[in-house]
Amino acid sequence: MNKASKTYNIDVHHVTRVEGHGNIRINTRDGVVEEVKLCIVEANRFFESFTRGMMPQEIPWVVGRICGICCVGHQLSATKAVEAAQGITVSPQTVLLRKMLNESQFLQSHVLHVYFLAVPDFVGVPSVLPLVKTHPEVVKRALRLKKLANDYTEMMGGRTLHPMSNTLKGWRRLPDLTRIEQIRDRLAAAVPDLLETVAIVQTLKIPAYERETEFVSLKHPGEYALYDGEVFSSVTQSGVPVHAYREVTNEFTVAHSTTKWSRWHRDSYAVGALARVNNNFDQLHPEARTVAETLGLRVPCYNPYMNNVAQVVEVIHCAYNSLAMMEQVLNHGLQEEDIRHVPCSGRGSGAVEVPRGILFHEYAFDESGRCCDANAIIPTSQNVNNIEQDMKAFVPLMLPVMSQEELTLHMEMLLRAYDPCISCSVHMLKVDFV
Amino acid sequence: MKPKVAFFDFASCEGCQLAVLNCEDILLDLLALVDIVEFREAITGTAPYYDVAFIEGSINREQDAERLRDIRARSAVLVAMGACACIGNVQARSNFIAPAENFKRVYGSEERNQVQSDPEFWPLWAHTRVRAVREVVKVDYELRGCPLVPEEFVHLVKSLVAGTIPRFAAHAVCVECKMHENTCVFDRGDTCMGQITRGGCQAICITNGYRCDGCRGLVPNANMAAHLGLLQSKGLDNREIANRYRLFCSAEPLGRVGRSGHE
Repeated sequence: MNKASKTYNIDVHHVTRVEGHGNIRINTRDGVVEEVKLCIVEANRFFESFTRGMMPQEIPWVVGRICGICCVGHQLSATKAVEAAQGITVSPQTVLLRKMLNESQFLQSHVLHVYFLAVPDFVGVPSVLPLVKTHPEVVKRALRLKKLANDYTEMMGGRTLHPMSNTLKGWRRLPDLTRIEQIRDRLAAAVPDLLETVAIVQTLKIPAYERETEFVSLKHPGEYALYDGEVFSSVTQSGVPVHAYREVTNEFTVAHSTTKWSRWHRDSYAVGALARVNNNFDQLHPEARTVAETLGLRVPCYNPYMNNVAQVVEVIHCAYNSLAMMEQVLNHGLQEEDIRHVPCSGRGSGAVEVPRGILFHEYAFDESGRCCDANAIIPTSQNVNNIEQDMKAFVPLMLPVMSQEELTLHMEMLLRAYDPCISCSVHMLKVDFV
Repeated sequence: MKPKVAFFDFASCEGCQLAVLNCEDILLDLLALVDIVEFREAITGTAPYYDVAFIEGSINREQDAERLRDIRARSAVLVAMGACACIGNVQARSNFIAPAENFKRVYGSEERNQVQSDPEFWPLWAHTRVRAVREVVKVDYELRGCPLVPEEFVHLVKSLVAGTIPRFAAHAVCVECKMHENTCVFDRGDTCMGQITRGGCQAICITNGYRCDGCRGLVPNANMAAHLGLLQSKGLDNREIANRYRLFCSAEPLGRVGRSGHE
């Protein structure tokens, strides 16, 4: 087909295999791109409004409900923010347990995303279901790894979804050492499954489209930053403290999206696995760096489709790092801690990395100790602007060489590569091609 | 022929769909029993009618209510899945605040006015009130809790496939808590909603050191007056009582009195 004759009206309503509701709209006329929009159509739930009046202890528990897939991250980020507001410092034991809880969710979320949501596109099937017949070993391996990660979360948090064990100052009920031992043994035995996962991803044909952008993530001097650190920009190669997060996110509102958008030093920035691997590559576990090399991920990497590869690299990192943390807990045992707390006034913010990127929470409490102001800035809302910029850059490149169907698929794959979490961001997603 | 099953999500964290995907041990066996025709979070595809439709999420806008009515009209059995669909869950707490105020607090007044007046996108922003699914359409079964209890989901699917009547707990969380031999939350120095909350969760939050916040909604014929008196006897003021009843289950035993506690 002649390029000049290409008039596409693409409207993907409620993109599938993403969390939440988003539409992609793309209009081209006679080979010219007229409109590219990523519309976020998720209904509002107003968490920042209705948390007012709640007690400090209730906040992390309730705001975990922003998202099922990242419930642990929301709980941890909110816990850190509320603790900062309430003047609470926590023990090294509690920090270690929280890192374990957080990494259990990285394992669960990344495995789910790579196997259930991304792989079907590369194999050319609409979901993981047809793979049950054609690739039963792949599906069974995916389920084994997912179950292991879920059991890890359950062991740490009391439940896989919306866990209740973590709270302000520490753990309501400490994990059982015998169960930690069991999970450690199962995780150690899962190495062949992890290597097979790497082998599968190695066979995927990743679209080769690049756009240089700003990567933002936590950075920590002592470790691959997932739980703590400064907010780091790849553009300036420097960071700002978490409490200055508004300087980073600079949120603004657009009519076609019920999530707010972000930008820092450039028109848009990216957060998530690829941003973290780019910013903190040298601090990855050596096994994870080897896997990155095997999978052809060299930093800096500006291909957003490579985010799926970065997720696999992080799966390897979290697996080995978790084994080391479990060993540490088993060697030192766990002490009960006094978690009583009298609410007071104050304001504080917190951040953790969650599978989809950096997550900020901020709360203020009045004299009676009740929440009087709340703010949460979610990875997907930080990414939406960057995704739309990628679309605007890639559509003109793809248009001459792709049919409408191929172009639509590549836009959906791009969106899915970011692993968007739309409930989170509106607390958000729909792609209309107009 | 295998029953055609579909999953739909409205305003929610989508964690209940995740809870279904988390039934790893029996997921492949369940898939052998039913034909999943729509499940946006996990598969690409649509179908004209459904033997069983699972609805996750609360209904917040008229466009969502219309979509739900359309699904209902094409479904033989409709199941409300999780606390958002059954009782509105935590976001129903925003019903106690004026919609304009909710938007202002999240987006700021100036930006709210700007985006809400763009005619191309205004239905996106037309928030009404948070409603449970049964406030919009007829519901055949409810899977309560935040998140749903996987065993109850499996029980319901098996019953529907076998053509038997599914049975769910009609007693309070308090009963199950005793069976798990937990120290009473009141004896731990906190207060609890377990006496008036519908069971079936095996009191999992209390067993793990927390209290019950009532995410499964009220047990039938709950003695609200007695529970209110109990909370008052522990020194909770009306503001705190209203806060607690509204945390997950939108209960209003204080009636208009509770409004003084409104934020």
